[in-house]
Amino acid sequence: MSRRAIRDLWRAGVVLVLVMLALPGVVHAGDQISDEQARTLLEGLDASGFEAKGEAVERIASSQATQRERWLQALLEGRLARERRGEHFYIITDDAGREWPIIDAITLEDAGTGSRRTINTITINNTLRTRIEGALAAMSLTAGDVSARLAAARALLGTLDEASAPGVEDTLADEEDPAVREQLETALALYRVQQGDVAALETLRGHLDTRVRNALVPLAEGDGELAGEARRVLAGIERKREWHQRVQTLFFGLSAGSILVLAAIGLAITFGVMGVINMAHGELIMLGAYSAWWLQQLLPGQPGLALLLAIPFGFLVAAAFGIAIERSVIRFLKGRPLETLLATFGVSLILQQLVRTVFSPLNRAVAAPEWLRGSWQVTEALSISYSRLAVLIFCLVVFAALWAVMRFTRLGLEVRAVTQNRDMARAMGVRAARVDMLTFGLGAGVAGLAGVALSQITNVGPNLGQNYIVDSFLVVVFGGVGNLWGTLVAGMTLGVLNQVLQPWVGAVLAKIVVLVGVILFIQKRPQGLFPPRGRVS
Amino acid sequence: MKGFSMGSLSLSRPLLMGALLSAGAALGLSDDARAEADRDPIRVGILHSLSGTMAISESTLKDEMLMLIEQQNERGGLLGRQLEPVVVDPASDWPLFAEQARDLLSGDDRVDVIFGNWTSASRKAVLPVVEELNGLLFYPVQYEGEESSDNIFYTGAAPNQQAIPAVEYLREQGVERWALVGTDYVYPRTTNKILEAWLKDQGVSDDDIMVNYTPFGHSDWQSIVSSIASFGGQGKKTAVISTINGDANVPFYRELANQGISASDIPVMAFSVGEQELTGIDTAPLVGHMAAWNYFMSVDSDANFDFIDSWLAYKGDDSAVTNDPMEAHYIGFNMWVEAVKKAGTPEVDAVRDAIIGVTVPNLSGGSSAMMPNHHITKPVMIGEIQNDGQFSVVWQTPSNIAGDAWSDYLPDSRNLISDWRAPLHCGRLNVASMTCEDGEPAVSQ
Repeated sequence: MSRRAIRDLWRAGVVLVLVMLALPGVVHAGDQISDEQARTLLEGLDASGFEAKGEAVERIASSQATQRERWLQALLEGRLARERRGEHFYIITDDAGREWPIIDAITLEDAGTGSRRTINTITINNTLRTRIEGALAAMSLTAGDVSARLAAARALLGTLDEASAPGVEDTLADEEDPAVREQLETALALYRVQQGDVAALETLRGHLDTRVRNALVPLAEGDGELAGEARRVLAGIERKREWHQRVQTLFFGLSAGSILVLAAIGLAITFGVMGVINMAHGELIMLGAYSAWWLQQLLPGQPGLALLLAIPFGFLVAAAFGIAIERSVIRFLKGRPLETLLATFGVSLILQQLVRTVFSPLNRAVAAPEWLRGSWQVTEALSISYSRLAVLIFCLVVFAALWAVMRFTRLGLEVRAVTQNRDMARAMGVRAARVDMLTFGLGAGVAGLAGVALSQITNVGPNLGQNYIVDSFLVVVFGGVGNLWGTLVAGMTLGVLNQVLQPWVGAVLAKIVVLVGVILFIQKRPQGLFPPRGRVS
Repeated sequence: MKGFSMGSLSLSRPLLMGALLSAGAALGLSDDARAEADRDPIRVGILHSLSGTMAISESTLKDEMLMLIEQQNERGGLLGRQLEPVVVDPASDWPLFAEQARDLLSGDDRVDVIFGNWTSASRKAVLPVVEELNGLLFYPVQYEGEESSDNIFYTGAAPNQQAIPAVEYLREQGVERWALVGTDYVYPRTTNKILEAWLKDQGVSDDDIMVNYTPFGHSDWQSIVSSIASFGGQGKKTAVISTINGDANVPFYRELANQGISASDIPVMAFSVGEQELTGIDTAPLVGHMAAWNYFMSVDSDANFDFIDSWLAYKGDDSAVTNDPMEAHYIGFNMWVEAVKKAGTPEVDAVRDAIIGVTVPNLSGGSSAMMPNHHITKPVMIGEIQNDGQFSVVWQTPSNIAGDAWSDYLPDSRNLISDWRAPLHCGRLNVASMTCEDGEPAVSQ
């Protein structure tokens, strides 16, 4: 069965109801059916093939059974079950754990509990799922819910024929919701165009739905007024889509860049100020992500609150670890970059194995709160996911805050003094060792913030940090060591470059191309995009 | 340092035994001591990563092996002797796999059999070692085929037991365009090569196939998913064949959900995603995406229910899951036990001859047999992801499929078979010329 055929089935249900609405008197409401008839209907669902089950679904959808919506909903969710060696049908009300509470599917009365050994859930597949959803949508169309009507109207696009078009016209006349009206009008216009009506093309001009485009492609072939006009409309659609694609790619790039910036910005501080090559930076990010997970365990049912609390908490946890690393390892290796590199690499392995031993090597699921799920559908061809948008904004906020700290606070002043001339700063009474410690703590804390944000995007597991450490160094070196603006610009640039290259050359090659590009750039400008000024080296 | 302590723990027992024996010899009990040696435990090596990237998948298999050994010991052991697990931690480091396999197989403490490995890279590292030292390795994971060794038993699926039937199923469902998306290493590349050859055989044109590889642990899927979406938005039914490995799956599926691609738009058929991998994901937006395996936790059979019960009890965790490589180890372990009984000794050569033809129950209600090419027979199933992180089986081959070491769809291996029985005793037999080609593998990797 082709994709088209499956969609058609979906829509056939909707159209059927529309036609029935147009012919009053077809539907008799109120006739209760007997338990025996109900059982026969349900038995149809226990057929062996999915085709037969689909027919049974349609029988149920067009029956008078009052429970039909519950049945179909349960079937859709995999909660409709049959007694393993018996006659009864049940609906599982809660499928967590191993003993499930069940109710009788026909009487809807409590029936105790069932388990995998006693009851057999009725399975569905993709094709059948689409059919059930269609049937349910058609049912709620009669109930008059706006979102259901919208879904049903959207599904009509490209499926109308002589039999169903008048019904849709009648529905359109009664419809008041503008969004639903627009969908119905588009569907009707496409139908009329397919019937040879050139004027109706006007409605489709600039329509971004791929179904409109795919329907117009065959019409645009050949000559004649319709074909010529269709070609023009099609070209307009393609142009518009292309622009949307570009905007989308730009957003993808900025989003990828914001993750790079978040991961790298803490490193920009520690690496820039202290010249410490901190290989454990990635593990500090990981600790931030684990603190988000841990808070979610402490506050079950409130993933959003936990995530917000994790922002200060992740900062503190990572900062505490950072300070501990600085006090116990790094300060003894001052001015010996190679040994610092090896020692912090050791620390990173220890932290990884620590997490593995304490929390298990398995990845942890950090739940996304309701307000971060899904995406904002700007147009048919452009959608922006909330979680990515949130990370982008979060990145800019963290950047602004960090910039303000460096620019306006005493710590920032001291840090800048130490960066520019350590000995002179000390001579002026700045306690360089304390500044080192606090700077390292700040950098580590920011890594923790990155971890909290990353927990919404990627896997939270012991290896989380390893995936970001190389990229982070790349960003910092490219941007100019110790320069916050450089890190921001470099991160965003690399993100956009990567996303632009990926569809062309693939992810592996894109990475290589970017890496080679950065190496060549560093050859030309060893100090990166924004070379530090006034630094004694 | 979990792995280390376990390694040393397992070493301590033979040391203790050795100390007892030498103490016995000193007391002039050498005859009894020799009889005692026959009652020494049979040593079972477990070569699975307990740290590093692969720990997520492999540490479960280590636990399962310990459970199976414990159960066998409760039933009185094997040939009247106890089984003793020897656990090592190769730490997801391929050369370390080879080193530790060598440790397990050499010296006086050598193990009688090894159960282990996950990635093809680690298996390729271990292969020369088990061949050189004549060990036995049971490999439980689906793989790309194009390999045959006298010393390795492949209890996971060969491509014809997973990839090909899965794609056949999708064709029946009306799929006309194919996006082959995978992680960049030997298994996805070889599998996709086989699938591409097969699809072109079936008359699919080049324009309708898209191939994309990403690095290990790839986490930014935005532009790739968006290009899959536009590849699939051309009016023909499109499916994604995913050989994406491990961690990278979670962000991939998340991105699909973010971009609003559901299973009814573009279904994804995965070969490396099982119940274990789904534990880290909210599966609600993934309902209907598919995986092809030889076993699912949701399979209806009493053997499976019993296995799940004992696994949950062993783990002490009601939310623990089982998966296909676990079933492969279950089958492999039982086959080895049967073969040792049949041979009357755990001796490698005797077991290797005895195991061909051994048939044991599998977890899906049927039974699996060891074939002369060291692959086993299994049913192939397609499962769709459900709300609860489980798969529901929507299709199953009517009978068992025997694993094929050398793919019939690659020009280089079309004429090759493997038969380790006497008198052929050959892993690369060219049936056209009836010559045994040893040496270089047919597919250069």
